[in-house]
Amino acid sequence: MQLAKEVKYLIHKEVLLEWRSKYTINGVLLYVVSTIFTCYLSFVSLGDKLTWNALFWIIMLFASINGVSKSFLQETKGQQLYSYILASPAAVLISKMVYNILLMLALTTIALGFYILVFGTYPDTNLLMYYIAIILGAISFSTVFTMVSAIASKAGNGGMLMAILSFPIIIPVLILLIRLAKNAVDGLPWDTSYDEISMLLAVNVVTVATALLLFPYLWRE
Amino acid sequence: MSKTWWKVLGAILVLYSTVGGLLIGVPRLAILNETIRNLYFHVPMWFAMITLFSISVFYSIMFLLKGEESYDTRAVESVNVGVVFSILGLITGSLWAKYTWGQFWSFDVKQNFSAIAILLYFAYLILRNAIDEEQKRAKISAIYNIFAFPMMVVLIMVLPRLSDSLHPGNGGNPGFNSYDLDSRMRAVLYPAFIGWSIIGFWIYTIRFRIRSIENKQQHN
Repeated sequence: MQLAKEVKYLIHKEVLLEWRSKYTINGVLLYVVSTIFTCYLSFVSLGDKLTWNALFWIIMLFASINGVSKSFLQETKGQQLYSYILASPAAVLISKMVYNILLMLALTTIALGFYILVFGTYPDTNLLMYYIAIILGAISFSTVFTMVSAIASKAGNGGMLMAILSFPIIIPVLILLIRLAKNAVDGLPWDTSYDEISMLLAVNVVTVATALLLFPYLWRE
Repeated sequence: MSKTWWKVLGAILVLYSTVGGLLIGVPRLAILNETIRNLYFHVPMWFAMITLFSISVFYSIMFLLKGEESYDTRAVESVNVGVVFSILGLITGSLWAKYTWGQFWSFDVKQNFSAIAILLYFAYLILRNAIDEEQKRAKISAIYNIFAFPMMVVLIMVLPRLSDSLHPGNGGNPGFNSYDLDSRMRAVLYPAFIGWSIIGFWIYTIRFRIRSIENKQQHN
């Protein structure tokens, strides 16, 4: 119960901080919109479904690495000390993850809308399944990148390390996501995708569990 | 004797599997022909790699619990040796692929994912280079090592099974089980697994001892 209270308080703090400055959400939104627009100017029209799908996920990958890595990398030593005194490490990690999931859900939804507006859709796309792929993507990107950004922030040299450490870890997840999304674009029936969906959920459970076990060691210095 | 028997065992097993692997009869299969013998040299590399990476994760956990510097040295040295074995696994695999699939690297899922798994461990080694302070480096890299291990298992063991691959055992290709019916092959393959794992472990203990002496000299 104590944990739930702490998590709720910390999420409230994160949302409030974000609401006051609106820096991350606007920044990443502008990043996504300008990337999509640049892609539109250079591709003009996307030939096939495969490119359509792959391009969207590449944009999402870089947008989320920018958005989520902020969570630990941009905190000052003082802010970290403050939450260290205030709450248990598990609460800090869970609150960051939940906050990032909310942020990424909002972002990816807007990004998908804009992407469809610019590039259009294909007639037999199963949009509901595609949206589920995006929800799963937002969750997995947030959980993995939150933990990796915690590691990178402790190692003390930001962005470069973040990319090196997170790409090999995120690739298996990304491949599953692209495969699920491709099933959706092709309009395949639901039971062809149960494998991917359950694998993604399993990977997320493993990630969150190991992150929760390891984070206390990382947190105390 | 009690300290050396396993080294002798490892040497004998590797010697036996090399000589036996080249001489003992194998089943005649289309396309594979004599290249089937590569099984004795390719698969044990991955087996030894998994053994060494598991040792590394074990010592990373021990480091987090106990905080002794020697555990960190053990973890990094077993990763170093494991990476060498994984590269050998890739090389033996692509040499075999040249004669059966037609080219060294055909961007098969199995090849791609094992290459990514190796990247994971290169990232681990780069992370170590990025941090100067010893205790901090040991702790953070131990955490990354443990965090990355399940992903490595997913990459190497789980994902290739979800998609079609040219690799034996995937996508309807005749796999390990159909060779397995031949007891002559089993008699060479299993000793090769154990032998190469022991050799890998032996190299790791030597590297660990060299590194410990170097560390001691630096502190004096």
